Amino acid sequence: MTATAVPASGAARTRRPARAGGLTRTSGIGLGIAMSWFSLLVLIPLAAVVATAAEGGWSGFWRTITNEQTAAAIRLTVGTSALVTAVNVVMGTLIAWVLVRDRFFGKRALEVLIDIPFALPTIVAGLVLLSLYGPDSPLGVDVANTRSAVFLAFLFVTLPFIVRTVQPVLAELDPEAEEAAASLGASRFTTFRRIVLPALTPAIAAGAALSFARGVSEYGSLVLLSGNLPMRTEVTSVRVLSSIENDNLPAAASVATVLLVISLLVILALDLLQRRMVRRG
Amino acid sequence: MTHRTRAVLATFVAGLLVLAGCSSSEDDSGAEGGGSGGKINLVGFAVPEAANKAIAAEWAKTEDGKGVEFVSSYGASGDQSRAVVSGLPADYVHFSVTSDVTRLVDEGLVDESWDDGPTKGVVSSSIVVFAVREGNPKRIQTWDDLIQPGIEIVTPNPASSGAARWNALAAWGQVIEAGGSEADAEAYLEKFFANVVALPSSGRDATTAFLGGTGDVLMAYENEAILAHQNGEKFDYIVPDTTMLIENPGAILKDATPKAQKWLDFVLSADGQRQFALKGFRPVIDGVEFGEVEGANDPSNPYPEVKHLLTVDKDFESWEALSDKFFDEENGVVTKIIAASGKGE
Repeated sequence: MTATAVPASGAARTRRPARAGGLTRTSGIGLGIAMSWFSLLVLIPLAAVVATAAEGGWSGFWRTITNEQTAAAIRLTVGTSALVTAVNVVMGTLIAWVLVRDRFFGKRALEVLIDIPFALPTIVAGLVLLSLYGPDSPLGVDVANTRSAVFLAFLFVTLPFIVRTVQPVLAELDPEAEEAAASLGASRFTTFRRIVLPALTPAIAAGAALSFARGVSEYGSLVLLSGNLPMRTEVTSVRVLSSIENDNLPAAASVATVLLVISLLVILALDLLQRRMVRRG
Repeated sequence: MTHRTRAVLATFVAGLLVLAGCSSSEDDSGAEGGGSGGKINLVGFAVPEAANKAIAAEWAKTEDGKGVEFVSSYGASGDQSRAVVSGLPADYVHFSVTSDVTRLVDEGLVDESWDDGPTKGVVSSSIVVFAVREGNPKRIQTWDDLIQPGIEIVTPNPASSGAARWNALAAWGQVIEAGGSEADAEAYLEKFFANVVALPSSGRDATTAFLGGTGDVLMAYENEAILAHQNGEKFDYIVPDTTMLIENPGAILKDATPKAQKWLDFVLSADGQRQFALKGFRPVIDGVEFGEVEGANDPSNPYPEVKHLLTVDKDFESWEALSDKFFDEENGVVTKIIAASGKGE
């Protein structure tokens, strides 16, 4: 997230430096609006979730998240999201590369199609996946009610993130640096590793963070295909839903808090990794 | 720059679509009818939407119902009940399970005497049936057939779907009805859930998964099976010898418009129940004439008498008692069996 904002905010900062006394009136208003907006939409609801989780007390929280079925769901969700994100890092970058660097028939159509997982209501995505990869699959691939179904659904909904974060950066990358590297005798792989990859890393990391967070929270696209089998294919969002159905809001909030913390840690870790890579590059 | 603008735009549009997607399923409220006869806010679970519309159309022909406008909202029963607690305007509620109404009683929104009427608060009823593939290739007829090796069952998850609890109760109750002990019933449920291949979150998701090809048999309700037939879906349904009576409660809120009581009276009248019957629900009062019901196994005798009909009052004491015993999040009998069913493989 931070990385995509870098070019924009960096440019803004050089254009309008803050005065010694602090913010100008307009930038003060801007900051005020931004913070209120952010608080209303993000901070206050998140704080409410954590506060609800705290209602059950520490022991209640601990009992909830160590419940065998819940713990299995958390492991499955986080593990699958990590795996999917790893696949996306490779495939997303590849697709972005093809879209930016290559010219081919149907490129513009592909550009539009990439965003479909974004645009499709997730339950519709679930229906599509069920009919394509369920028992009546025309492709002969039946992953219904297995862990592969969870993996597949996550892959589907997270596909656009890295493509869309990497693409604009790649498009604005100056090819002269690559040409210079090549003329100095660097192999294509070395050029990619030393010149292109460092420039793309912030975008890849940002996309990976989004992709992971989306995977962790996914519900709609997999409920039809995964079967929600306890200990096997049940994901965390389904556990949260079960707790809500039982009017046990503290338990639901506890599980949500765990997901929040995990997502936060992953986003932080990716940010750190990205900074280190950029510095080394 | 164009790339970025396009990306931002795409994200924005996608966000809107997602928001629209989320909200449309929950509050597809729409006004029906119109005029100056007053307004009734109807909040219900998704299944009886078609029936309620048909009843409203009939009611509009009467003196009381003339010109009354309905603002209706349909969704998952528990979600709808919680929405009313957090302020969704409602005059009349129609839920899948009693606990969704008692939640409103606890909040002081519905009077405690709501279930004192002749039908004890029940406005529509149905039974648990087995939905099977066309022609019943696996020859599923009885509860025992369900737990044979190789039979794949789809049932909504009793943990997340209040309505799915009827299925689990039916499976339990038929063992007791046949003279089995509680241990026998537990053993049956263990085998039952071992055969479950999908536990979708709601009844609707379960139906979709089944129609999408998952499993051999779907634990369904007679009314949903009939309605699905009316909508052209292709599958058979079997009424087992012993099954559970599903009772859906309806209630008027304390501060409802006076018209709402007249509406409830009409819903419970023979005219109202006839419309329910035509859409697949078993009437809750005797002496309702409805002729033929399209979509039933036998349209001229759509609601054959069940040999052993289990009910909450007769076989399970009360909804509250059975909720604690079977579905408690930590110690419920069914909750534990479902959790254990995942460990086998």
